[in-house]
Amino acid sequence: MNDDVLDLLFTGLGETLYMVLLSTLIALILGLPLGIILVATEKGNILESPRINKVLGTIINVVRSFPSIILIVVLLPLARFIVGTTLGATAAIVPLSIGAAPFIARIIENSLKEVSFGKVEAAMAIGANPFTIITKVLIPEALPSLIRGLTIAVIGITGMTAVAGAIGAGGLGSLAIRFGYMRYRDDIMLATIVTLVILVQGVQFAGDYLATCINRKRYKFD
Amino acid sequence: MIRIQELSKMYITPSSKTVALENVNLQIQQGDIFGIIGFSGAGKSTLIRCLNRLEEPDSGKIMIAGQDITAMNKKELQLARRKIGMIFQQFNLLDAKTVFENVAFPLQVSNYPKKQIKTRVEEILELVGLANKSKAYPLQLSGGQKQRVGIARALSNEPSVLLSDEATSALDPQTTYSILELLKDINQKLGLTIVLITHELDVLKHICNHMAVIEHGKIVETGVVEKFFLNPESDTAKRFISILQGFQEKRVYKEGEGI
Repeated sequence: MNDDVLDLLFTGLGETLYMVLLSTLIALILGLPLGIILVATEKGNILESPRINKVLGTIINVVRSFPSIILIVVLLPLARFIVGTTLGATAAIVPLSIGAAPFIARIIENSLKEVSFGKVEAAMAIGANPFTIITKVLIPEALPSLIRGLTIAVIGITGMTAVAGAIGAGGLGSLAIRFGYMRYRDDIMLATIVTLVILVQGVQFAGDYLATCINRKRYKFD
Repeated sequence: MIRIQELSKMYITPSSKTVALENVNLQIQQGDIFGIIGFSGAGKSTLIRCLNRLEEPDSGKIMIAGQDITAMNKKELQLARRKIGMIFQQFNLLDAKTVFENVAFPLQVSNYPKKQIKTRVEEILELVGLANKSKAYPLQLSGGQKQRVGIARALSNEPSVLLSDEATSALDPQTTYSILELLKDINQKLGLTIVLITHELDVLKHICNHMAVIEHGKIVETGVVEKFFLNPESDTAKRFISILQGFQEKRVYKEGEGI
């Protein structure tokens, strides 16, 4: 492998990491409250409100129905409005975040629903308000599961950046399409895939490790 | 004192209507240990959960320590609940918090000053016999220890009433006995009113002063506990006693077979 390939690979990896990190962060900021609202407004829960629950659930489903490439194209005008361009990694972060937020909201909803309702009732019985129940009961109790869910989300977003790469966002996906596929550079294709595999394995390992650490602390016998 | 008047509750599902409570009237004296006994599905859990409105009654009135629980709005109810402790069959401890943090939680919710929280939690853990476990997590404890933490959490904010929702039903007989002793001890030391529901005759016999029998959502018998055993009037009470006697007779009969 010559130096220029390594160069391309590192630039691509940098762009991908940049897109994944920022998109995940923004998607989390958008998705976390949505996931919490989905759980809290459910029937019988702490802030029961069937109407809000239904409307929010429908919006999330609609956004999630878009195939990611279509969603990215549809949201490009918004990217131009916010970032000033539709090209490059920064522009891709806008559609990526918006596309990933409903996904993260559903993952968070799932994790929070795993917390047994008895714990919520115990907190209600001592006179805790809904905000305290969310911050002191639901989120800490679901933390290992939340981390595992976020790991899934980060890997999903990594996949989405490759799609965005195909339409001008840069990153490893773009590298694989432009060089590996269009110029028949099998070596670049292979190098890209290997880099992505290592990246995804690393993310999964980190997520599992963190979740296990928390669980081990809670289960430890001494 | 707790006064329950004309309490009714119905569960409505698309396919059926189930009466859970029907015109329940009860009076529980200050400092009493009051047992409510009934078979599964009789409505006892609904009744005790109505007392702190974890379950919303359809109609009726509940007075605890002179306050009308049923007339309160959300904010008032949150404040009132701080003085009504509750323990559960499944303990419902927070796995993410240590024993200390679990017991401190109600105090934090009530905005207790930080310095006092530490002394109060240590004091109450001493009372339930778990002073050496304050740094442990609930998942590291046995069932009996978990329920002791549950009791400590319910008592930390010095409530006037303790509600026990089948608190010993998930425990083995020996542990049940030690938890009952603890409740009795607390009742005498703190003068706390305890309302408990159960389907175990032993619980009733062991710690309760007064009892009520609930059957299909109605209170069918009330009085002192001795009456339940000596002169059962209601169908449920008679069935409970006959089951007990049945088992005892069978045991004598079979003993010769060398079980």
